[in-house]
Amino acid sequence: MRRKFRVFRYKPGWSRHRYETYMVDLPDTATVLEALIRIRRDQAPDLTLRHSCLHGSCGTCGMRINGRERLACLTPVAELPDPITVEPLYNLGVVSDLVVDVPAFYEKFTLIERPLLRRSEAPAQGRPPEGIPAFTRLESCIECGLCLSACPVVATDPYYLGPAALAAAWRLVEEPRGKDPAAILALVDDPHGCWRCHLAMECSEVCPTGVHPAQAIVSLRATLSASPKMLSQEENPTHA
Amino acid sequence: MALEGVNMSRASDFHVLIIGGGATGAALAHDLALRGFRVTLVERGEVTSGTTGRHHGLLHSGARYAVRDPESARECIEENFILRRIAPDSFELNDGLFVAITEEDEAYLEPFLEGCEACGIPTQVLTREQALQMEPNLNPKVRVAVRVPDGTMDAMRLPLRFLATALSNGAVVRPFTEVVDLLRRNGTVYGARVRNHITGREEDLLADVVVNAAGPWAGRIAAMAGVDVPVRPSPGVLVAVEGRWTNMVINRLHPAGDGDIIVPQRGLSIIGTTSWVVEDPDHLDVPPDHVRRMFEKGAEMVPAVGRARLWAAWSAARPLVGSREASTGRELSRTFKCFDHASEGVEGFVTIVGGKATTARAMAETTADVVCRKVGVSAPCRTREVTLLPHTAYYDLLTTQGF
Ligand SMILES: Cc1cc2nc3c(=O)[nH]c(=O)nc-3n(C[C@H](O)[C@H](O)[C@H](O)COP(=O)(O)OP(=O)(O)OC[C@H]3O[C@@H](n4cnc5c(N)ncnc54)[C@H](O)[C@@H]3O)c2cc1C
Ligand code: SF4
Ligand code: SF4
Ligand code: FES
Repeated sequence: MRRKFRVFRYKPGWSRHRYETYMVDLPDTATVLEALIRIRRDQAPDLTLRHSCLHGSCGTCGMRINGRERLACLTPVAELPDPITVEPLYNLGVVSDLVVDVPAFYEKFTLIERPLLRRSEAPAQGRPPEGIPAFTRLESCIECGLCLSACPVVATDPYYLGPAALAAAWRLVEEPRGKDPAAILALVDDPHGCWRCHLAMECSEVCPTGVHPAQAIVSLRATLSASPKMLSQEENPTHA
Repeated sequence: MALEGVNMSRASDFHVLIIGGGATGAALAHDLALRGFRVTLVERGEVTSGTTGRHHGLLHSGARYAVRDPESARECIEENFILRRIAPDSFELNDGLFVAITEEDEAYLEPFLEGCEACGIPTQVLTREQALQMEPNLNPKVRVAVRVPDGTMDAMRLPLRFLATALSNGAVVRPFTEVVDLLRRNGTVYGARVRNHITGREEDLLADVVVNAAGPWAGRIAAMAGVDVPVRPSPGVLVAVEGRWTNMVINRLHPAGDGDIIVPQRGLSIIGTTSWVVEDPDHLDVPPDHVRRMFEKGAEMVPAVGRARLWAAWSAARPLVGSREASTGRELSRTFKCFDHASEGVEGFVTIVGGKATTARAMAETTADVVCRKVGVSAPCRTREVTLLPHTAYYDLLTTQGF
């Protein structure tokens, strides 16, 4: 199939971004990421974009496709009407073309220090072999930043912890893995923490791996409301 | 006294330029930075955007190669244990099962166990009932299973840990920076001309040694120096299905073939793989019949996988070292090769290619030893002991370099 792409282009030093149009021939099963890789290979060698796993596990290929936050590697071109408009994520700052300022994502996310490994919940009936106390797996959040791009509060409050960090915080409260849940609750119990969210669910709608940050925020609030004592006992609450 | 300082050069006197930001380049940047070298790594796209990020995610125990490629198998098990130590909290350490479904599979049990034993890979033979208790979604026809220390890794985040640690030890990492030519004078490579795709500018980076760690693209980089590297890009198709149907890595108990392994990762199950040979690693397709075959073969081991929803299908090219005649890629050894091109009359230029993501640290150790020898530096490898920084540190540290 021959498809039309409108791609956001920007390089440091330009006074503003522009859109370039590319026509590209693709196999029927192609994803938007495959299309962009072909465009870079055959038409625009200076087009910068991030990708790694090609299957929704690394989180590098987040972008706005026809106005919606998606992972390009999981978005089939056949689903989309022409022209297909591809733009960088909002709220992180654009470095070059589709590449955003990734360190800006980790600035908040790493405050939580949530381990990468968690207890595995599926398949439920499996019993681990001798020597393995419990099956584990990597956390669902792939640090893609789609939720940050979709969140209206992140857009207006630069101090807001944001959905990805808050979801990570809830994962720690839910499964502390040796960390102190009270310290995490103290961290998010802040006007720029979990109380700042409007609960409009945009984050959960765009999350590609079912992390459901909005639900996590509701759970954090409920936990904080239920146990104010626990927090006042905490001696050195660190704030974001 | 300081006699050593008189005779020996110091690592910090030398600048090494690494081409390629995959698992191999990342581990090498870490090794050389620890030894005290000045290191710059350039990668034409985002780091791990070549083969590394796309791989299956198997932390190999080596059992897959124990019968046919014992050299690879030994490398794998040794590195498997080292990685568990230096990269804690990075792997789903749920072990793996080799499952016999047919009588023919079962006949492979004996050579398989012998092979594993010879390579130092621990095994535990399990009855059908034991295997089904661990993994209830296995094909109930399973006859016997063997437990091995396989695991799951995050294909991008493990190399990011190598890169983060390299950055913290002074290495410079430059993504979106493509080598467009090598700088040569009188048969010596003394640097590379690179194009920065963010600024659009070209510049010359000078180096005492240039290491070609460009994976399946290594042949192209070597050609810039006028040497031939027998690397054959050998793609394979991988298929991710929705749902985590097992916790352990499931392998078919038979000689390595198509669609004989399912690696669980997060909420997905990833079936692999096929194998063929191409000329250009920038032209990889995903043949639909390969995708169908993954579903069929995967379902023979875990029937639910065959009914699961397709999540993604993609291809990645192995950088296999071998002759130019082979046509399927399977017969090529999985082990790695380090070429010091001085033997072909080109100084200052080394290529490291082949291997696996699991063995990247060992590949880096061998290559860094070659670099030390070339410049006359004596600095021992320390990557077996040093614990790697978490992957998130990569982006934190990159900021300080003005990314
Ligand atoms: C289908 C498949 C499944 C696999 N599964 C596993 C597995 O489960 N476990 C495992 O351990 N191994 C696995 N492997 C093997 C493993 O993926 C590779 O051995 C390993 O990733 C190779 O890493 P590398 O750094 O050598 O190459 P690459 O990751 O390809 O890195 C080379 C880099 O060089 C860059 N480059 C190229 N040209 C230039 C240039 N001109 N300038 C600058 N940069 C350049 C490329 O962009 C690329 O990022 C698998 C391989 C395949 C194909
Ligand atoms: S629910 Fe909260 S965190 Fe999520 S997008 Fe809305 S405001 Fe942002
Ligand atoms: S919570 Fe979901 S959308 Fe947000 S960074 Fe994590 S995976 Fe991406
Ligand atoms: S390339 Fe990894 S999530 Fe898309």
